[in-house]
Amino acid sequence: MVSRRDFLRASAALGCSAAASPLLTPVTLAAAPWDARLVVIILRGGMDGLDVVQPYGDRDLAALRGRELKFGESAGAADLDGFFALHPAMSPLIPLWAAGELSFAHAVSTPYRDKRSHFDGQDLLEAGGGFGPGERVARDGWLNRMLQSVPGVEARTAYAIGREDLLLLKGAAPVSNWAPGTEMRISPQAELLLEMTYHEDPLFRDAVTEALELTRTMAATVEAAPDDDMMAMQEMMKQAKGGRGHLEVAEFAVERLREETRIAAFSINGWDTHNNQRYVLSRALGRLADTILALKIGLGPLWAGTTVLALTEFGRTVRQNGTAGTDHGTGGAMLLAGGAIRGGIVHGKWPGLSEGDLYAGRDLLPTEDVRAYAASAIRGLYGLPVSVLESAVFPGLDMAQAPGVIL
Amino acid sequence: MAFDPTLAEFRFGTGRSPRLEAPASVDAMLSALTRADSMVRVFPVPPFSSIAEDARRHQSLQRAIRRNEGDVESQKEEFKKLRSRFSARKWRYAARQLARGLETEDGFRERLVAFWADHFTVVSKSFVTRPAVSMFIDEAIRPHVAGRFADLLRAATLHPMMLFYLDQTRSVGPNSPFAKGKPNRGLNENLAREVLELHSLGVDGAYGQDDVRQLAELFAGLGGNVPDGFKYFERRGEPGPEYVLGRAFGRRKPKIEDVHEVLDTLATHPDTAAHVARKLAVHFFSDTPDPDLVAALETRFLETGGDLTSVYAALLEHPTAFSRPMRKVRRPVEFIVAGLRALGMRGKTLTNLTPKRFRQLVTTPAQLMGQTWQTPTGPDGWPEDTGHWITPQGLAARIDWAMGVQGASELELSDPRDFVDVALGSLASERTLFAAGAAETRGDGIGLVLSSPEFQRR
Repeated sequence: MVSRRDFLRASAALGCSAAASPLLTPVTLAAAPWDARLVVIILRGGMDGLDVVQPYGDRDLAALRGRELKFGESAGAADLDGFFALHPAMSPLIPLWAAGELSFAHAVSTPYRDKRSHFDGQDLLEAGGGFGPGERVARDGWLNRMLQSVPGVEARTAYAIGREDLLLLKGAAPVSNWAPGTEMRISPQAELLLEMTYHEDPLFRDAVTEALELTRTMAATVEAAPDDDMMAMQEMMKQAKGGRGHLEVAEFAVERLREETRIAAFSINGWDTHNNQRYVLSRALGRLADTILALKIGLGPLWAGTTVLALTEFGRTVRQNGTAGTDHGTGGAMLLAGGAIRGGIVHGKWPGLSEGDLYAGRDLLPTEDVRAYAASAIRGLYGLPVSVLESAVFPGLDMAQAPGVIL
Repeated sequence: MAFDPTLAEFRFGTGRSPRLEAPASVDAMLSALTRADSMVRVFPVPPFSSIAEDARRHQSLQRAIRRNEGDVESQKEEFKKLRSRFSARKWRYAARQLARGLETEDGFRERLVAFWADHFTVVSKSFVTRPAVSMFIDEAIRPHVAGRFADLLRAATLHPMMLFYLDQTRSVGPNSPFAKGKPNRGLNENLAREVLELHSLGVDGAYGQDDVRQLAELFAGLGGNVPDGFKYFERRGEPGPEYVLGRAFGRRKPKIEDVHEVLDTLATHPDTAAHVARKLAVHFFSDTPDPDLVAALETRFLETGGDLTSVYAALLEHPTAFSRPMRKVRRPVEFIVAGLRALGMRGKTLTNLTPKRFRQLVTTPAQLMGQTWQTPTGPDGWPEDTGHWITPQGLAARIDWAMGVQGASELELSDPRDFVDVALGSLASERTLFAAGAAETRGDGIGLVLSSPEFQRR
């Protein structure tokens, strides 16, 4: 078992230099210039896949849920395909489902098992490898390793957005890190002196170099007048309920993706629904739905070539716990959205919910590796060879059964 | 490496001050911990029980308004005032907590309190408990930081704020008398898991899912509410015995002593010793600490049954305790407090600020630097690794604060050439000394010193 601290140790040892990894051979992209946009959202806390994409056609569900955690059409969920129904808080996304711009994968998880720790689970989800005993610890995030394997990547190609550090995009390939609302007011002369004082400390030197460059980039974009799509997004943001933070992140992602940026990654928190899940999950889903809508509206015509992946560290117990919530589990669900995806499908191999079907007698049995879906999306979008995806990006992944998720 | 007072102020304290002395020796640092806690008397935070009355009123007003009883308009007015009082108290106690760092000559204690408050992270989940995170720290953490780890673990685990935060208060034993005829009520694993994973054994510790479950059964019955505080509900307890780490705890009739016993067992477990030793070394020295140091702390923990002052002695007496380089960075709140302390701000000045001004000067900048006051995203607290904090966006916010802080009307003007010595002492690099003297304005000079790697590292 790779622990969180091994990761931290390994990431600290890596430092932040932008030298290309000698382990990887760059491959040529299928399409140049690169047009497809990819947004990866990490849902921290363990999203309850069974409550979001409800298998209401499974006759065993009622005995496990249905006291406080109601499900199916009678509880306001929208039928998707006769077997699964979508949580009511996701109803703003129903038009996307109808338009073929939304799909899910169910009964999926990373290979992480048994300890059910959020923090290890998240690290491994973002690292994308290093799951087994004695395996080489991944020192960087899978999205960064994907960038390491393609030529012509610049720092602005990919953005990690927010005030939290994102392992997903950490690594040898250059990326940008920024949070909306960040300012750095400094006189030109102090800037020169500051660069001098940072000269011998790489940690500070690299961070300030990037900060100065990004401040300039931001200043340049602010001057452009908003077009109809941006105005429509801002209008939508005004109407939205439940905080602004996630929408500011979405808006920032849109601004960047409309420029040279092709990949954006960030987190949405608040999925750890041990208590009073009905209320807590609805709020988190509202944030997720609004984020996706803001991306769709703000990206306008670019949405047609966009893919959004939303992944979580694990699912939750199939049985409702004793406090109207659920505890940490294993198998769960993943969301795919965007004009580039094959929509209107719930992917996956449903394992069933009867006693003998469960993992460890308590969790949804994962029948597929969630990384296979991310890998399939990358393959479909950017044409990366399976061999690179299976060895460099997601070490240990077998893509033989991976479904096609991109149009 | 010999004792170095400047290094002690950086690595083990709240920073250098133009007014206050650095510790004179390791012995002085350790013996300060055994003396009375003077800062708590100067800047007191009232106990958790002090919010009871307002909390009761809050509850009854909320109910009356919902049911449309009585004079709704005037009750709404009172409700609003009451709510702003909860917020105001939160910020008042925040200022007092941080003022201690500005006035203390026993900075190690402040740093230990912050370390353990983070180890036992709680976050307020309701309006009425907004002021109570500071209360939790002062009554469950602070009195025990120089005592036995077992006492710390017990006080933190059983405090209502922990029980609220990790969803323990509604958890009931599935076979308890209370659960009879209530099929919807049962266990919640959250607290049990985090006690094992974060607070005691650590995620690599020798526990499995069954231990989580059994511990949750032992914990069933721990509860309480805001007006009344902690309470143990025997009728909600699961009939025992329960087996944790292969040992039986409790009998048929559940009692609070069973919970004490299992916590004491966890507190002195070898995996806990290893986990705590490593966390201390990572916090004070390096993200990749010297294995010899970790081993020394672990051994001392085991030898003394988790006597924390003895463990700190092993930390301070280790040959690398006062060695350079400085591998860690100050977290945002630490950075701001060290900055204000170096600028000579008095604790009273900080506690006299209006809540709005306090937020403007301290907590809003800290949030932009990545640390929202008392609100880490999970029970694992704030990240340790330097790379997490010195990101482009985080560093930009630090520089922005540093460059502007000299304009704060609450601060006396400093000359950057003097300030570089006050703030950094023997740690000042040639480059920073030069920058402080070459800056165009006083504010830039101060900002450059505060932004320097030497000031931010520890």
